[in-house]
Amino acid sequence: MEVGQMQRRLVDYTKTLFMEGFLDAQFLQLQQLQDENNPDFVVEVVSLFFDDSEKLLNNLSMALDQPNVDFKKVDAHVHQLKGSSSSIGAQRVKNACIAFRNFCEEQNIDATLRCLQQVKHEYYLVKNKLETLLRLEQQIVAAGGSIPMIDMGF
Amino acid sequence: MNSSIGKAYVSTASSSAGWKAGDAAAAADQFPAGLRVLVVDDDPTCLMILEKMLRTCLYDVTKCNRAETALLMLRENKNGFDIVISDVHMPDMDGFKLLEHIGLEMDLPVIMMSADDGKHVVMKGVTHGACDYLIKPVRIEALKNIWQHVVRKRKNEWKDFEQSGSVEEGDRQLKQSDDADYSSSANEGSWKSSKRRKDDGDETDERDDTSTLKKPRVVWSVELHQQFVAAVNQLGIDNAVPKKILELMNVPGLTRENVASHLQKYRLYLRRLSGVSQHQSNLNNSLMSPQGATFGPLSSLNGLDLQTLAATGQLPAQSLATLQAVGLGRPTGKSGIPMPLVDQRNIFSFENPKLRIGEGQQQHVNNNKQMNLLQGIPTTMEPKQLAGLHHTMQSMGNMNMQVASHGSQNSQNNPLLMQIVQPQARGQMINDSSLSHAPRLLSPMGQPILANGIAANVSTKNGIQENIRAPSYNPVLQTSSMSNFPMNHTSELPGNSFPLGSTSGISSLTPKVAFQEDVNSDIKGSMGFMPGYDIFNDLNQHKPQNWELQNIGMTFDVSQHSNILQGNHNDSQSVLVQQGFSSSQVNGQNRSASVISKAMFSVGDGTGHVNAQNGNQHLNTLLVDGTVRVKSETVADATPTNLYPGDDLMSALLKQQDVIAPAEHEFHFDGYSLHNIPE
Repeated sequence: MEVGQMQRRLVDYTKTLFMEGFLDAQFLQLQQLQDENNPDFVVEVVSLFFDDSEKLLNNLSMALDQPNVDFKKVDAHVHQLKGSSSSIGAQRVKNACIAFRNFCEEQNIDATLRCLQQVKHEYYLVKNKLETLLRLEQQIVAAGGSIPMIDMGF
Repeated sequence: MNSSIGKAYVSTASSSAGWKAGDAAAAADQFPAGLRVLVVDDDPTCLMILEKMLRTCLYDVTKCNRAETALLMLRENKNGFDIVISDVHMPDMDGFKLLEHIGLEMDLPVIMMSADDGKHVVMKGVTHGACDYLIKPVRIEALKNIWQHVVRKRKNEWKDFEQSGSVEEGDRQLKQSDDADYSSSANEGSWKSSKRRKDDGDETDERDDTSTLKKPRVVWSVELHQQFVAAVNQLGIDNAVPKKILELMNVPGLTRENVASHLQKYRLYLRRLSGVSQHQSNLNNSLMSPQGATFGPLSSLNGLDLQTLAATGQLPAQSLATLQAVGLGRPTGKSGIPMPLVDQRNIFSFENPKLRIGEGQQQHVNNNKQMNLLQGIPTTMEPKQLAGLHHTMQSMGNMNMQVASHGSQNSQNNPLLMQIVQPQARGQMINDSSLSHAPRLLSPMGQPILANGIAANVSTKNGIQENIRAPSYNPVLQTSSMSNFPMNHTSELPGNSFPLGSTSGISSLTPKVAFQEDVNSDIKGSMGFMPGYDIFNDLNQHKPQNWELQNIGMTFDVSQHSNILQGNHNDSQSVLVQQGFSSSQVNGQNRSASVISKAMFSVGDGTGHVNAQNGNQHLNTLLVDGTVRVKSETVADATPTNLYPGDDLMSALLKQQDVIAPAEHEFHFDGYSLHNIPE
């Protein structure tokens, strides 16, 4: 596939992600931060996000698995996940976290367990999408092209 | 001037990270590029993104994922950063706590951020003194303008300085350059702050650097002040002439002028202590006797309260002495000026009550205003203490004069005082007891009071009703940096040097000085002022844990003891006074006292109230202000019944504000009736 085509695919794919709510404007900010001095910035940040989130999700699973759930702790983890997902622009994950926090306040075990599932689900979805997107970008760069800036009109 | 300032800054700045351009002018042009930001967040994703964003803004970024590490870095390199950005929720330390620490110790602007946008959290940021609050996800646009907080803070500090009346040429010059353009002011600010931060020790440092711009300031640290007092005592107060004192002290770099101006303040302080008699010896005798030399400790802390109490007669001399002793934790036999403390306390208390009363109602706002008033008052404070007070005041002033207002409410006479004291406590509760120690007090203040933080405020703890919250702290802290108050400069309000100005700074302070504790009881503990010079050391150690300086609500609980005081006079005045004190106290050491004292005095004629509570503070102010006319006015009424003569003192003070009569203040301390001192 030639570069131009790849670039178009990338643009379309990215736009879809935005429209489906997987990503929001914050992701664009990240992309804008990337420059020739930091060509891998987005990749690095996203990788960091993945590692961190997986740890958090594990912690959450463990915390909710306790006989006596410490909701404060759970809430702290969710809050953190909310922060990092919003910084990346992973909108749906962030929204799931917000709902999660509400149930934490109510100290509702069942609801929070469901929320955890929801968050995990959203997380894996966006992880998948981002990996695809970043792969596309890498291919373009490898083929000598440049990554097109998406103008979403925000 | 810029270039010289810049150079001075660069050369003295501990971190070269700051204005990278070697030339000040260049740095000025590039501003805000090179702004040194410390970002703290436990979330690695956010941290990385923020770092990148800040670098894109051309800032000099240091990132840190733990609050403890961040504090260490800040402490190691006090001048290494211009601004801090911190997350609210962190595992090892709450972001607000970090905010307080930074405000207290380093007086840097701090921006809080969080994914949490709940109103109460944002409000917490405000009350703790954050200069801004960002909601995550943070956009780069939001970061582009953070330099404004740095400039604003510096401008405020400068302004405070100037307002304090200590019109040094240097200040004026700086001010002028400040007006030139923001970049230069930023430069100056950084320079200034770097200078300010040069506390402890380098008394003559700045002198060399700033000789072109401003008069070099000697920082009267506790040690230096102690040496001074020792020399004076050795010579005998009547024979203590600057030349001989200088010789005895044998401090390299110290000039006769420094000593002379410091001596002047000291004399004022002593006079105030002695009140009517105006003889130090007399004072000593009188003061000492009742208490048995417990002044030392008491002075500070309790100084305010005790004095007030003492003044009002409610507090038996005995208890006062005891309190003092307790507060200080040491035997009162302070060698230095035992008496003055007592008197001072009284004086202060008078003042304090006044202040408080004036405020009566929590007028936080007033406090602020008042504080400003105080600051404006040129405090030639003789008594170093005043300086201390002043500092506190200054800080307090900036912060919130609220303290004053609070004070009144609480029946505590001291609320204001206390609060003010609290800040002082930080450095040294110079206010109260410190009066006598004034010289000493001031020095402690000079030191980063913040470090002691609360210790100084200890006194406030006791009674301070807590109104004085954090804001007051900030000043205190700041003052520390300001520690350069040149004691020598009578006119200058050393207090100004306190970073009081930075209101924002103050907020960050939010030292939790819980003044609220009833001052009375705690007076001893916290010790805000350690009247004796020695006390200062002790004081500093005592951390006024309790102060909730949050809004300068120093409300000494003196009320208990000295209900009397409060009633009287101008609440507003008292408020001011208190504030003044606090600031002075805290910063005590150096200038604040003078500054505050000035402020204090003007604040109120109420100085008369010097009830125990504010007495110290008032005293401080009085003392500080060499010219403070206060003396006659209010002081006279140390008696509980009519402590506050009225507004004469205030007006007197106010008038004095402009008169920075350096050496010639007629110490009108007669007005203060130290007689309240527990006899």
